[in-house]
Amino acid sequence: MRKIVMYSLGVFWIGFLCLAQPLFAQNAVPDAAEAGTVAVTESLSSTAEIALPVVAQGEEAAPWAPDTGDTTWILVCSALVLAMTAPGLAMFYGGMARKKNALNTIFMSFIILCLISVQWVLWGYSLAFGPDVGKMVGNLDWMFLNNVAAAGPSPYAGTIPDYAFMVFQLVFAVITVALISGAVAERMKLSAFLLFAVLWATFIYDPLAHWVWGGGWIGDLGALDFAGGTVVHISSAAAALAGAIMVGKRRGFLKDYMAPHNLPLTVIGASLLWFGWFGFNAGSALSAGTQAATAFVVTNTAAAMGGLSWAFAEWMYRGKPTALGAASGAVAGLVAITPAAGFVGPMSALVIGLGAGVLCYMAVFMKAKLGYDDALDVVAVHGVGGTWGAIATGLFANPVFSGGAAGLFFGNPGQLWKQVVAVAATWAFVFVGSLIILKIVDLIVGLRVTEEEEQRGLDLGQHNETAYS
Amino acid sequence: MKLIQAVIKPFKLDEVKEALVDMGIYGMTVSEVKGFGRQKGHKETYRGTEYTIEFVPKTRLDVAVPDDKVQAVVDAIVRAAKTGTIGDGKVFVMDLQETVRVRTGETGSNAL
Repeated sequence: MRKIVMYSLGVFWIGFLCLAQPLFAQNAVPDAAEAGTVAVTESLSSTAEIALPVVAQGEEAAPWAPDTGDTTWILVCSALVLAMTAPGLAMFYGGMARKKNALNTIFMSFIILCLISVQWVLWGYSLAFGPDVGKMVGNLDWMFLNNVAAAGPSPYAGTIPDYAFMVFQLVFAVITVALISGAVAERMKLSAFLLFAVLWATFIYDPLAHWVWGGGWIGDLGALDFAGGTVVHISSAAAALAGAIMVGKRRGFLKDYMAPHNLPLTVIGASLLWFGWFGFNAGSALSAGTQAATAFVVTNTAAAMGGLSWAFAEWMYRGKPTALGAASGAVAGLVAITPAAGFVGPMSALVIGLGAGVLCYMAVFMKAKLGYDDALDVVAVHGVGGTWGAIATGLFANPVFSGGAAGLFFGNPGQLWKQVVAVAATWAFVFVGSLIILKIVDLIVGLRVTEEEEQRGLDLGQHNETAYS
Repeated sequence: MKLIQAVIKPFKLDEVKEALVDMGIYGMTVSEVKGFGRQKGHKETYRGTEYTIEFVPKTRLDVAVPDDKVQAVVDAIVRAAKTGTIGDGKVFVMDLQETVRVRTGETGSNAL
């Protein structure tokens, strides 16, 4: 019975996609012109105005042409950010899992890349960046990438194609959801995680991205988030905390030996994250110019300082520095510099990285004290690092680098308050929203694997395969 | 015949093996084992979590020898395996009732 339902759902889905092709107007030139006449919002109509002459009055006005330098950069950055999820995050997390769960942990990052890529082109991009509804969310006008101009500029970055901006944002949505998997690794049912992922991307990530970058209220407030400190890192950490609490502790948490099964894999993963992060931060300039170069330099500086400070904190506190510590510290530094990247100078980046390494190292002791099992420390690294970075942006934003925005230390104390509001709103909205979604998922499919399966490992239990045969 | 079973530090295996081969012992069985004696285990730290590993990796060497060579073999193992620090291991000697060489069916000392 269950099989028949699954098959018919599959056939229905394929049939739907085939039959609905004519409805997906993104490739059809006349439809794009029609969309222009509808003119949903100011930003959209401006797109259409620029795009329209290309189709309707091609002979009179020169067609819009993208800046090839900017376009190249953003497409390369999109690929770099994709590499952060797989293989970067997949290896970073996979190595930290136990041997029996290694493949499942890697699989979660990989399948999220597949799943959210689809969600984004179907409706995610529209909800996040489509025409604004009450400063809270985008509407569905850009669903199926309708009204996203294949031949026109992005309303968010006039020198690059609309599609380039869309795909750059796609890989951000992907990694945000994938990050959450670290907190619930080694015991959450895959079906539950996938259902959670779709709901969470739709009802949490997409609106939140809209709040900050899509013309929503946090952006209007004037809070600074260059590349996703709140949208990506605080949000994934708040969801991770909710997940760790709702899914519950792993069997034997704080009792059994749960050492990472392959730290070399983890260090390679962290290095790939670092590499991809240049796309994440420098790409968020949305052009190949001076701000991208600044973001690139401060990104590397903060990562380096974060790795050093975590390792040295361990050296002083525990007697020896560890490879996992240095790798985690670099990631913490990268997380913290993310909201600040285009706004601060390299000397501020040193302080931001230093703070991130030490604060996040202190934070990894929290889970044992408070009793929640955040398996791979998503809350400590991304939550604490992201919060520190967002606050630090309000301290160190420097008009010399930001081209305007200033923080407390550069004569604008009001900025700090805006940062605090953005941080608090993100934590609260995402944490509560995630709890609700997890409760719903629990009622539908159940969050956890059975105790026996957890004992055997999720590689066998969820996939019928093993990482190492 | 006696069975000599030595639990030694893994990095000392080559020296012990050479010492035995030099004195004409041509057969032995080696296995990787874990255990502890007076030497305490070690600590491992992964981010905020610290584990105490009680069972230390060791190498176990099994050698069957004729009675007249027992003392010499034990001395050789002790000499080669010794570092003078805690955790050097132990040597056990036990009676061996019978030995059979599978290929020829020889028994007793002839099978060693």
